[in-house]
Amino acid sequence: MTRRRFVLARGRFWTGLLPWAWMLLFFALPFALIVKVSLSTPELAIPPYVPPFVMEPGELLPHFRPDFTSYRRLHDEVLALGTPAADLQYLSAWGGSLLLAALTTLLCLLIGYPFAYHIARSREAARNTLLMLVMLPFWTSFLLRVYAWMVLLDSSELGLINRLLLAAGLVDAPLQLLYNQGAVLVGMVYSYLPFMVLPLYANLVKLDQRLLEAAADLGARPWTTFLRVTLPLSRRGIVAGAMLVFIPAVGEFVIPDLLGGGDVLMIGRRIWEDFGPNQDWPMAAAVAVTMVLVLLAPIVLLHRHGRANGDDGEAGP
Amino acid sequence: MSVRSRPGATAWLLAVYAFLYVPILCLIVFSFTAGEITTQLDGFSLRWYAELARDEELIGAVLLSLRVGALAATAAVVVGTAAAFVLARFGRYPGSAAFAGMTTAPMVMPEVVIGLSLVLLFTHPLFASLGGRGVAAIWAAHTTLCTAYVTVLVQSRLREMDRSLEEAALDLGCPPFKVFFVITVPVIAPALLAGWLLAFTLSMDDFVLAAMLSDPGSTTLPVLVFARLHHGLKPEINALATVIVVLVSLAVVVANRAMLSAQRKRAAALRHAAGISPTAAPTVTLSSPDMRR
Amino acid sequence: MDHNGDGAAGGRANRRAYLRIEGVTKRFDDTLAVDDVSLEIAEREIFALLGSSGCGKSTLLRMLAGLEMPDAGRIVLDGEDLAAVPAHRRPTNMMFQSYALFPHMTVEANVAFGLWQLRPRLARAEVEARVAEMLELVQMQRYARRKPHELSGGQQQRVALARSLAKEPKLLLLDEPLAALDKKIRQRTQLELVNLIERVGVTCILVTHDQEEAMTMAGRIGVMNEGRLLQVGTPGEIYETPDCRFTAEFIGETNLFQGRVVGGALACAEFPAAIVLPPDAGLAQGDEAWVSVRPERVALSRAGGVPGGAGCNAATGEVAEIAYLGSHSVYHVRLANGRIVIASVPSVHWGDAAPPTWGDAVRVAWFAPDGVVLTR
Repeated sequence: MTRRRFVLARGRFWTGLLPWAWMLLFFALPFALIVKVSLSTPELAIPPYVPPFVMEPGELLPHFRPDFTSYRRLHDEVLALGTPAADLQYLSAWGGSLLLAALTTLLCLLIGYPFAYHIARSREAARNTLLMLVMLPFWTSFLLRVYAWMVLLDSSELGLINRLLLAAGLVDAPLQLLYNQGAVLVGMVYSYLPFMVLPLYANLVKLDQRLLEAAADLGARPWTTFLRVTLPLSRRGIVAGAMLVFIPAVGEFVIPDLLGGGDVLMIGRRIWEDFGPNQDWPMAAAVAVTMVLVLLAPIVLLHRHGRANGDDGEAGP
Repeated sequence: MSVRSRPGATAWLLAVYAFLYVPILCLIVFSFTAGEITTQLDGFSLRWYAELARDEELIGAVLLSLRVGALAATAAVVVGTAAAFVLARFGRYPGSAAFAGMTTAPMVMPEVVIGLSLVLLFTHPLFASLGGRGVAAIWAAHTTLCTAYVTVLVQSRLREMDRSLEEAALDLGCPPFKVFFVITVPVIAPALLAGWLLAFTLSMDDFVLAAMLSDPGSTTLPVLVFARLHHGLKPEINALATVIVVLVSLAVVVANRAMLSAQRKRAAALRHAAGISPTAAPTVTLSSPDMRR
Repeated sequence: MDHNGDGAAGGRANRRAYLRIEGVTKRFDDTLAVDDVSLEIAEREIFALLGSSGCGKSTLLRMLAGLEMPDAGRIVLDGEDLAAVPAHRRPTNMMFQSYALFPHMTVEANVAFGLWQLRPRLARAEVEARVAEMLELVQMQRYARRKPHELSGGQQQRVALARSLAKEPKLLLLDEPLAALDKKIRQRTQLELVNLIERVGVTCILVTHDQEEAMTMAGRIGVMNEGRLLQVGTPGEIYETPDCRFTAEFIGETNLFQGRVVGGALACAEFPAAIVLPPDAGLAQGDEAWVSVRPERVALSRAGGVPGGAGCNAATGEVAEIAYLGSHSVYHVRLANGRIVIASVPSVHWGDAAPPTWGDAVRVAWFAPDGVVLTR
């Protein structure tokens, strides 16, 4: 039943003004600036770019003279794909990021799904505590949790894991555990696991126990019940968790910076370096624009898909 | 909800909790070393805690982070509540979809992109003259990011809320503007508090935005810690981590206790009400055959 | 005919109109929620709007409270046109279906809430006295310091009632007042509620989908369907002389026969003989009409008994279903053409004889004046 209700009709404008103004000023306008800067020419100045608008003397409106150099560099790398010895800084960073984010998402799902499932199926009194224990690391400092892995994975004979391995006689010399892709992956899974577990838990705990009983009553074996009932019904939780992990993971740059050493290339780090040491803001902006396009496309598609399938939830009452 | 003993399930839970907590426990253990090495217990001492207490740069960063966190969380609750109201109550109007997109986008955008966009804003000649990068810029950036989370939390609470509460207040003669403050805000207060705490934590924990928008005078705790991690590891960081973990755990445990006891009190009162209510009592005595026996 | 009607309530309806609803219409997007409803209600009357969910009764009530604004029409209460008055300035108070007790306030504070909104402000002592009076009225003094969630459903309902009476509204609106209660408590509460409202002497409109509730509580009932007000009358009038098919079928059960008038009787394909109409039916040859016969007006006897005289409609069939309900039994009798006729027979009717059972051949009959002729 849809009913329009006459409540708080007055003051609507003033209620909307603050959030609208804030979002336009601190979200929409900055984003427009990214697009503008990505079409600018880098220059040694403050700020380090020349805007694509040129004032001609005697005219009222500026001319739009976009500089596509930054985009062209990305485009050229795509064209050079497959050419041996091509310098693919950005493309390889993209590839590295997507691969690492995908692996992180997959591992978080494989570890997090059974984890969330068992929490959701545990006694009601225990659930609260178990969930709180998942949240607790999330509330403590993210950087310090990454630091903990720096200590654990230290590649000298002083690293904790290396000391254990040496003491157990499993290895003769300390292993190179830190500053490689593996270390980054461990750090990412460690940091993002709660983001996967929480939506999965929220979904699984709502699963009607009677459905599982009905399936069992109809003769389904536990595994069949899981594959045919539980898993399809938790699809929304899986999608939500995967998005919460994958998207920030693609842009992540602190973890690769601290655990990855110099040769782990990721696109977030590329932006950071172009922005910081390289002082090439137009390039950083161009990469950011492509990043938004690449990341937002699946979200928009997924949303459309959800709508088309008549999924409930998003539309609200 | 029967629980059979499932050794596999228990083992999995234990293994994942170990994965989550062993690194943190290691940090805590080695914070008590007397030596210089972060992975070796050279005798027990509180040396690094003493150094922590003397580290003025670090204390300054902590205070700045607390200040920015509190201010950003407060602003995010104000902006986010208004945004949630617009989303939950205004229905469709021209631009409503764009607004919904704008308010939630910061949650699904990589922080580097948000950071870059805000740097461009604050270094733009117009803003640079107003102060440019610095504490205010970090505050605005954190508020924008946290607003997205607060909006989602408050919006879902608003949608759950029984609209007839507000209508009843109107019906009893309360003007619309006042209804918001005497009825709506108290009813959604738990969501506002949760939103504030989440926003505060996000702001305290944020490195990317703070690092991109900081100027020499505005080093927040994460920015300082990041810099220190690049200059070699010292047990002082362990001591800092221990302090944070202990404080957060205490806060969470206390909050959880308070929540549980409130729930229990509520349940007990309800049972009491059902037992002695004059409405229910005669019904029981008259209609249940057991009582006559 | 009018033996079920409440004489006192009928008398009230004759007083001058206290509330006048004139041609009120409300449209939501493409649907007409309330379609040109006009109604007059006397002072101190208890009036029920009865209909199934989505019939527009709640929307009409919300327009009286000012929570919705009518697209057309006028609402005049005690000489004052309410159309432009917003909810918080109307002299009406509503008890919500969910009770809408403010969860963060005590029982006392809930009841006092409306009083604190009055301008000029009341003195604290005045408010406290009024709250105490209200709580005493609903016997909730002992729970004044409780929060709503610490009360049972019945207690919450009484607090909600006290809250909506505290400001002495000119019009009390009850939205499904008892729907949230258990069936057992509900039946007793109906009478309690009526007594209380009559003691206070407030004019009251209640909305319900439960015909029993409407008939127990209200002096007059308005039956609504698809946004239109179909029939207004006392419970007895509505039950005994429905003026349309919807009312006849919605209130209680009935046997409805459709046909055309041929030579003073109704030619009906579903009944073996032409149905004899009541004497004052006022129909012309060839008119389409329906005859509604209540199950308790249908006489059931074993086939082969004494045939009825003139003015009696009768047919034979066999017993298809029996529902034994203690005081009476409901028989579903299948005629030769397959049509089911429902008859309600008091248990004492059979005396010492064995009542007919499944498959028995029986005869159903009713006197022509017991049928109600409907033309819409």
